[in-house]
Amino acid sequence: MAAVRLLALTKDFDIGFWRRRPVAALQGVTLDVAPGEVLGYLGPNGAGKTTTMKLLVQLLFPTSGSVEVLGRPAGDVAVRRRVGFLPEAPAFGDNLSAEELLIHYGRLFGFAAPDARRRAARLLDRVGLDAERRRPLRRCSRGMRQRVGVAQALLNDPEVVLLDEPLAGLDALGRRAVRSLLLSLREEGRTVLLSSHILSDAEALCSRIAILARGRLAAAGRLADLGLEVRGWELVVAGVTPAQVAAIEPAPERVTRADDGRCVIALPRSRPPEPILAELIRGGARILALAPQHETLEEFFVRTVAGREAEREAAG
Amino acid sequence: MRVITQLAWHAFRDAARGRVLYVLVPFAVLLIGAAWLSGQLTAGQEVKIVKDLGLTAAALCGLFTAVVLGVGLLAGEVERRSVYTLLAKPVRRHEVVLGKYAGLVLALVVNVGVLAIVLYGVLAFVAATESAEARRGWETPAVDPALLKACFLILVQLMVVAAAALFFATFSSPALAAAMTLGLYVAGHFNADLQTLEEIVGPGLTASLATGLSFVLPNLAPFNVTAEVVHAQPVPPGYVALTTATGLVYAALFLGGAMLVFSRRDLT
Repeated sequence: MAAVRLLALTKDFDIGFWRRRPVAALQGVTLDVAPGEVLGYLGPNGAGKTTTMKLLVQLLFPTSGSVEVLGRPAGDVAVRRRVGFLPEAPAFGDNLSAEELLIHYGRLFGFAAPDARRRAARLLDRVGLDAERRRPLRRCSRGMRQRVGVAQALLNDPEVVLLDEPLAGLDALGRRAVRSLLLSLREEGRTVLLSSHILSDAEALCSRIAILARGRLAAAGRLADLGLEVRGWELVVAGVTPAQVAAIEPAPERVTRADDGRCVIALPRSRPPEPILAELIRGGARILALAPQHETLEEFFVRTVAGREAEREAAG
Repeated sequence: MRVITQLAWHAFRDAARGRVLYVLVPFAVLLIGAAWLSGQLTAGQEVKIVKDLGLTAAALCGLFTAVVLGVGLLAGEVERRSVYTLLAKPVRRHEVVLGKYAGLVLALVVNVGVLAIVLYGVLAFVAATESAEARRGWETPAVDPALLKACFLILVQLMVVAAAALFFATFSSPALAAAMTLGLYVAGHFNADLQTLEEIVGPGLTASLATGLSFVLPNLAPFNVTAEVVHAQPVPPGYVALTTATGLVYAALFLGGAMLVFSRRDLT
């Protein structure tokens, strides 16, 4: 049984004041998320990711198709006891503190007050907000609210965690705390559906990804199997001289020097990095990192969707 | 029931910490104090003026509290999107409406209760500082238990207004919901005039429209017994009971509508 199942899911929104007309936000999306899987749900802005997330917790109702979580319809109250949800840019009542909010939500799950208090303290500590737990939420930064949002999504030790852009609005420290939390969810065997428009987040955290474009599922599978094109290479080196860089022929696309002596060299796809690496090492440079630079999700969508439309036109 | 109680307590606590009560209640207290001062200028009438203005202040303060909180608790939360995390918890949407309404009623009880205590305090002060001869000239005692009937009916009326605010908040923006609730309050107090408009303008579309509206809109005028209480007219218990029952029916209808609409609403 899939932990999350979307079956021919379609959602239209009526727009316009006088003459209302339907605009499709999701069109026949079918997708299974297996138990224990961390699925990256990716797409550019407006692709339909947030709409899907809202359908999964019945903030929206489907136009057609169905949504199942843990084998039950999305609106089932019993299922919600086993699900955690973080909306995009979460907002909360301004008059409460993070601790009070989490205790309130804990009580809605049916936890006794001491248990709710204990869970709230543990989670606020886990997201790095222990010292700020009594600060009114209206005085919290966006990043702090995001972390409170992550904490409230995990309050009930959920089997299924739905996270809509969990790393958005976080500073470096916050990103690290939340990333490590997400990795621990993966290790604990929880099912996670992580929506993001940032490919690197999914690369680091997800076992499989699904890509949404213009309301349709454009691709699903392991990232390596999706056929994202490598656009070039990014090489990070230390102890390299300007003469060595100049000697790379033809010249690299871009060279950025940091104050600490590191140098970031961008190479086009047409330049295999191995000979350059060997040359730099011979000259005494230290290689710190070499990473392929994939095409962006937007580029992938344009290529995939445009390709599909061309195929359809040719067939029609 | 446990969920509704928790939601109600949360809504009450949220309201108590909001700025609305901190602004409106002192304003009403000031108004009651001002009533005492203006009463000094009218020989022999100060008790009536304090009662009249005091009850009016309680009703107006309660009205704005009911509208601002009622609209903010639902439409405001939908607009701010703070309702998203709440609705993802094991709660049903109708429980959210009922819980918020119960919390709002609790806030209104505290609101009217505080103002009633202040009003009685001012009246007791007036009674203590007046001469026995002046007191003999009053139609009713300053600290008149009948004031409680007026306060109680104000509270019932506010329960209707709060339910209407929640109902409008389920399908419109906070500003629009507030405007519709205030409109309903004003029209509700002129309901009897709508029914008799035909006698003034004669039969026609306007009169038919007014008569039709009078059947749709709640009649809020019976909840206002300030004049009767101030001028020592009787307010029988049967009248209070019947008016309360009518108010509860109005509130239940609005709440039923709110639950129905909110349970099916897409939260975009």
